[in-house]
Amino acid sequence: MGAPPIVAEEPSRAIQDAASPVIVFEDVSLAFDDKVVLDGISFQLERGETKAIFGVAGSGKSTILKLAMGLIRPDSGRVHVLGVDITNMNQKDLFALRRKIGMVFQESALFDSLTVRENVAFRLLEEGDVSEADIEKRVLEVLSFVELEKTIDMFPSELSGGMRRRVAIARAIINEPELLLYDSPTGGLDPVTSTTIVELIIKQRDVAKTSSLFVTHRLQDAFTMATYGFDRKTNHMQPLSPSARETVPMCFLLLRDGKIIFNGDAHELAQSKDEYIREYIS
Amino acid sequence: MERRASSPDMTGRNARLSITKQDFELTTGGFLLYFPQATLEMELKSPSEFAKEQVTAVQDYSVLAGRSIANLFSQPVYSGDIVQQADLIGVGSLPIVALSGLFTGVVLALNSANTLQRFGSLSLIAQLVSVGMVTELGPVLTGLMVAGRNASGMASELGSMVVTEQIDAMRALGTDPLKKLVTPRVVSTVFMLFFLTIISDLLGLFGGSVVSTLMLGLDAHQYWSSAWQVLAFRDVFTGLIKPLIFGFIIATVGCYYGMSARGGTQGVGRATTQAVVAASVSIVMVDAFVTKLLMAVFGNR
Repeated sequence: MGAPPIVAEEPSRAIQDAASPVIVFEDVSLAFDDKVVLDGISFQLERGETKAIFGVAGSGKSTILKLAMGLIRPDSGRVHVLGVDITNMNQKDLFALRRKIGMVFQESALFDSLTVRENVAFRLLEEGDVSEADIEKRVLEVLSFVELEKTIDMFPSELSGGMRRRVAIARAIINEPELLLYDSPTGGLDPVTSTTIVELIIKQRDVAKTSSLFVTHRLQDAFTMATYGFDRKTNHMQPLSPSARETVPMCFLLLRDGKIIFNGDAHELAQSKDEYIREYIS
Repeated sequence: MERRASSPDMTGRNARLSITKQDFELTTGGFLLYFPQATLEMELKSPSEFAKEQVTAVQDYSVLAGRSIANLFSQPVYSGDIVQQADLIGVGSLPIVALSGLFTGVVLALNSANTLQRFGSLSLIAQLVSVGMVTELGPVLTGLMVAGRNASGMASELGSMVVTEQIDAMRALGTDPLKKLVTPRVVSTVFMLFFLTIISDLLGLFGGSVVSTLMLGLDAHQYWSSAWQVLAFRDVFTGLIKPLIFGFIIATVGCYYGMSARGGTQGVGRATTQAVVAASVSIVMVDAFVTKLLMAVFGNR
């Protein structure tokens, strides 16, 4: 037998392997008109890791997610997502890549003219090669993951804020994406509902092992994520022992005036001597 | 006199100019105009910035208009959305288009009857209504009605989707919003406006016939045969090419303003108003050019 056929690869596409980082930002800068939003940002998100990005309002947190999604392009620097350089990628390829990424928007961004079923199934309906029975099964699966099966025929306007976020999470995870981007999923919610959302995100991290960027301005959410794990027996998150916490694939990234001022794990964050960081976490 | 910033600076950036009530009193020589606020805030732009914005807007509009057509030739084509929009735009606009067409025909007949009677040419009324409705009033009035109803609808719907991040969410879910939202609206508006114009023309002729037979005592058969015979190929061609162009303008302008809405609900309101104004003015302007162009092609009557 001859050699296996050589598969032609586009030269700009790197081959994705299990060890390579999911997201790489290399010296990324971006300004809107005269306002510098990001100023030379560089960081990596490793496979299976969850990185909480926090900072005050307007510090460029959501912009990082939109850059990672290719919704906006950086002024300089490079962005690699799932092993592919998306900095100058054309729209057609970007749409194909985005199908491997799930995103939960700040205000849910559910399509208000569609039912919960249609919202959650949107991606599968668009792909067109999944049978109706499979779509229905998958929709029910993800809605049961966020415990909202009963809302399947409702419209987003009939749901509460917390329920809308949960439907948005269901919509993002329906095709088991390799990467999840959460844009302030707990913003504007009461503490009890916020905890429910954080629990779902922990569940997704620990059960599906999905890599994710988690933007928030609520430090307690990020610390909860670093100190709790999902217990499949009780179907709830449980506090982890100090030794177990070290194994949680969770790290923190703190932004200030468009620059990264901290990038490390919870332990390093607690030990930081930087005055601004100390003030921020106190 | 309080002046917080000077006129546009050398860098071409926007400069804020604050004019107080006192300034205004000075510049109007003490004759007071009524201003509800003590301070008028207006944003001045440097000419180069303004020109750049206008060129960018034309470029963005051209890209949207071009891609709305190009999308038809690549998969997937959202035929379900096209049918749904055709129902909303076409069937939904039928009552206003029917009423406006009918009463335009009535008014055209009533107004021209006086003049024609003076010259003893009342029998020409059918020809006047027929040519007037088919070549000009039918397409333009239908276009303006549909622009008022649907360009605003598209701008507000898409604008709301932009400000609530639904458009970003759609892109994030791997779907091109131009393909899913803009192309179906453009295709169905072009398609439906064509038929709405035909309906409007017919109802206009019917309105004219009602006036002619019931009020002016003309024979109905004579009215309809006269109205039919006067129409040449060029009249029908002119009258049917216009709705295709107007439909494209209405949908692309409505979608463009919707997709470029910024600044929350206020921005959506602004986009809606601008869409109706721009679409209506464009229809009237383009109508003049198309009429002249077709006259040049077919020669004068």
